[in-house]
Amino acid sequence: MRRSNSGLTGSLLGVGLPGGRTGGTASGRVGAWRYALLAAIIAVGCLYAAPNLFPPDFALQVTVDNADRSVDADLLAEIEALVGQAGIEVIGSERIPDGGLIRVTSSEDQLRASALLRDHLNPAGEERQYVVALNLASTTPLWLRDIGGEPMALGLDLKGGAHFVLQVDMEQALAKRLGDEVEKVKDMLREQRVRYRRTDDAVRGHSIRMGFVTAQLRDRAITIIEEEFREPSYTLAEADVDGRPGFVITVQQAKVDEIESNAIEQNLTGLRNRINQLGVAEPLVQKLGGSRIVIDLPGVQDSADAKRKINKFANLEFRLVAAANDRPSEIDEWPYEGRVVKLNKRVILTGDRVTHAVQGRDQESGLPQVNITLDSQGGEMFHDATAPNIGRGMAVIFIEHKPIVTVEEIDGERVETHGSRPEKRVISVATIQAALGYNFRITGLSLREAQELAFLLRAGALAAPMYIVEERTVGASLGEENIERGMLAVVVGFILVLVFMAFYYKVFGLVADIALTLNLVILVAVMSLLGATLTLPGIAGIVLTVGMAVDANVLIFSRVREELKSKPPVQAIQAGYDRAFLTILDANVTTLFVALILLAIGSGPVAGFAVTLSIGIVTSMFTAIFGSRALVHLIYGSRRVEKVLI
Amino acid sequence: MTTFDFMGKRHIAAGISSLLIVVAIGAAIFGGLNPGLDFTGGVKVEVGFPDAVDIEQVRDVLVAEGLDSGVVQHYGSETDVMIRMPPVEGVDQSALGNEIAAALGRNFDGVQLRLSDFVGPSVGEELTESGGLALLVALGAVMIYIMWRFTGKFAVGAVAALIHDVIVVVGAFAVFQWSFNLPELAALLAVIGYSLNDTIVVSDRIRENFRTLRRGTPVEIVNRSLNQTLGRTLVTSLTTLMVLGALLLAGGEQISGFATALSIGVVVGTYSSIYVAANVLLAMGISKQDLALPEREGVGGTLESLDENQ
Repeated sequence: MRRSNSGLTGSLLGVGLPGGRTGGTASGRVGAWRYALLAAIIAVGCLYAAPNLFPPDFALQVTVDNADRSVDADLLAEIEALVGQAGIEVIGSERIPDGGLIRVTSSEDQLRASALLRDHLNPAGEERQYVVALNLASTTPLWLRDIGGEPMALGLDLKGGAHFVLQVDMEQALAKRLGDEVEKVKDMLREQRVRYRRTDDAVRGHSIRMGFVTAQLRDRAITIIEEEFREPSYTLAEADVDGRPGFVITVQQAKVDEIESNAIEQNLTGLRNRINQLGVAEPLVQKLGGSRIVIDLPGVQDSADAKRKINKFANLEFRLVAAANDRPSEIDEWPYEGRVVKLNKRVILTGDRVTHAVQGRDQESGLPQVNITLDSQGGEMFHDATAPNIGRGMAVIFIEHKPIVTVEEIDGERVETHGSRPEKRVISVATIQAALGYNFRITGLSLREAQELAFLLRAGALAAPMYIVEERTVGASLGEENIERGMLAVVVGFILVLVFMAFYYKVFGLVADIALTLNLVILVAVMSLLGATLTLPGIAGIVLTVGMAVDANVLIFSRVREELKSKPPVQAIQAGYDRAFLTILDANVTTLFVALILLAIGSGPVAGFAVTLSIGIVTSMFTAIFGSRALVHLIYGSRRVEKVLI
Repeated sequence: MTTFDFMGKRHIAAGISSLLIVVAIGAAIFGGLNPGLDFTGGVKVEVGFPDAVDIEQVRDVLVAEGLDSGVVQHYGSETDVMIRMPPVEGVDQSALGNEIAAALGRNFDGVQLRLSDFVGPSVGEELTESGGLALLVALGAVMIYIMWRFTGKFAVGAVAALIHDVIVVVGAFAVFQWSFNLPELAALLAVIGYSLNDTIVVSDRIRENFRTLRRGTPVEIVNRSLNQTLGRTLVTSLTTLMVLGALLLAGGEQISGFATALSIGVVVGTYSSIYVAANVLLAMGISKQDLALPEREGVGGTLESLDENQ
């Protein structure tokens, strides 16, 4: 029985690992290709870990806040000269999309220069023209970046910044949408002159109820709306409503999911647009679970300011193209696609009435279009305005309430005041083909234009209110301190373990040390390649990995020591590796389980720890078994060994 | 190889473990855990003053500014102050952190915001739920894996050891009233991972010895296994404690709770893999029959040369 146990171990290793029993020789040989593979992995590991050796430069990111401005070579030269005059050393500057980067040598210089630039670029009493943000600029050589080599991204706890989690109020999103549907139903009934009983609480939970005086009226009503409210989105059933014949429309789960996911997408788009205005270097806005949105704003210290700016809205106006008999006082001029369009000043509709906008294709021609749904009042207004104007052009004007910052000098102090100003532009002009109701489409657009229009219409309004459920702001000084302390812990822990292993296991200890170093390099390389974010708990994970990674080697070495009592050195080494393998596998697989569970439940700090721990477990198994065995074979495998230092 | 009679003292150890667990559970029930902001929700602001500052002064300023002062205390050093407010039902506290920071900025020169956290009450509740669930799922998954790789008795032993470790670490946090936050929860799961590692190595050797040693009572076999793995157990615990020590000393305030929880866990985990897991195995009457390999696999063992040492 014991035989078969060893047999299993031996055969597994013979296939999968270097130095497995080959050709029956006791010493075992590590094939050349295995060394080559190992060397290749080491080389790739070093290559992709390398970007982390280039500490990023402190930099100022200047981006344009006003579309008329641009950051060109002249402006960069001007900035460099200005900053240089103040005694701040500039390492270099470069252009980036919509702006420029100016590299300086320290964080104090960075702060001084940014204050200087803000004053210089945005003269007092005028609207802000440029946004100056603090950023870090990569110093990784270009050839490394070209093959995808980037340093690990740092979490907010290591570089400072604000983190928000916003809850989208889904109940309100649903209630709002159902309220729109009620208006639509009433509209349809009114059009066919079917009288319904007025009620204030037509919407109850996931259903709409409506009552009628007679069953005949109810039946007529159902034939009118059944086409619109049918499965799988809705179910429509006869019911008793407040003691009268009526019907109940119930929203099905699939439709609820659709409404909710639309609501969150719409809010995400709106938020992204807003945050782009904030002047933050590399912001992150993404969905968190089904109803939350997470926002990371690196470098932002004043979270109150950020919160204010996020709560801005945009709108739409629909206006007719001016007719020949319009009086000049009724007309204004707009730039559109390089020409001037004359529009009638009367606004027939605003975007407040748009409940839904989606880009689609015409079923017959396949041409792109934007499908727009208005609420009932909007539908009526639109119908009345468009029915007499078929063949005439209609323009859509996008109004953005842009947050503006005005710099003023009050009592010798520069004060930035925040406000907003509507900014209008014509985004589409199309010909009215027929009288339009609450459902209409805008055609004659290119695919890109259609996508943009739908996007802007959606971005204009938030589908549902949001509120902040979590906020974490880390000051820049604490971030810097965290990373310094974390790195110190890694270095001290690493050196302690290296020294201990060399002392305790001698030659084998050195082998373990090399494996451990390799482990650290590969861990960093894998994290960099995966684009994982390094956080303080992540650093703790690395530290823990360093401490636990030696375990596999310790298991092997203590086994080798035991085997040495009864076997000649080479066989003892062989047996030590073979027998320890399954133990190592079991121990690590279970630890990996736990790490993955941690990853699944955790967000933020816990996830950072779980990621490094999981990757660390895998890399440490690889380096301890594969790497150290190859090394040991290099040292002891190819010659007669009398004595093993372990 | 050492020849400690580990299992001879197993009754004493069982007594110690029971006592530890009773104390830990008692502390958790009567003293209660001190849950941090992550679990309770609320607001926490940490600010750095250029010079040492009096807590009373900070409190007075907050009250004068019309803010409830909550808990104000130093952390780390005399210049660093932490203000913590518990959640208030029906009140949106999302702007409170900004108000506190602004109030302090108006009244003290050179105050630097180091950290401002706001956690809504719903988030804290969810975290408590998902945290508890994670612990249970982790224990369940481990149990199933060990049942598959070993036997049911080993699984019971391992899970008993893990529960023991979790209870003792949580108990230590309750006894000393250290704040228990998200990183500490992560540490608790890492403790499970570490302790499991240890337990599996020991179990693996026990299983091997039950299969290979022809003579010896279960107690002798377990003793022999523990002695064989003792060197490895101590070295790994030592290296892990070394790095945790480095983290505790150099890592700073934010990570110290995590490092403390893990350090306690490593010590307890090492102890439990010897005295809880192995003890439970013996108590359940582990025998050679439990570990017999199916006959078929025994036939045609091809690697006889490896077994000449026995």
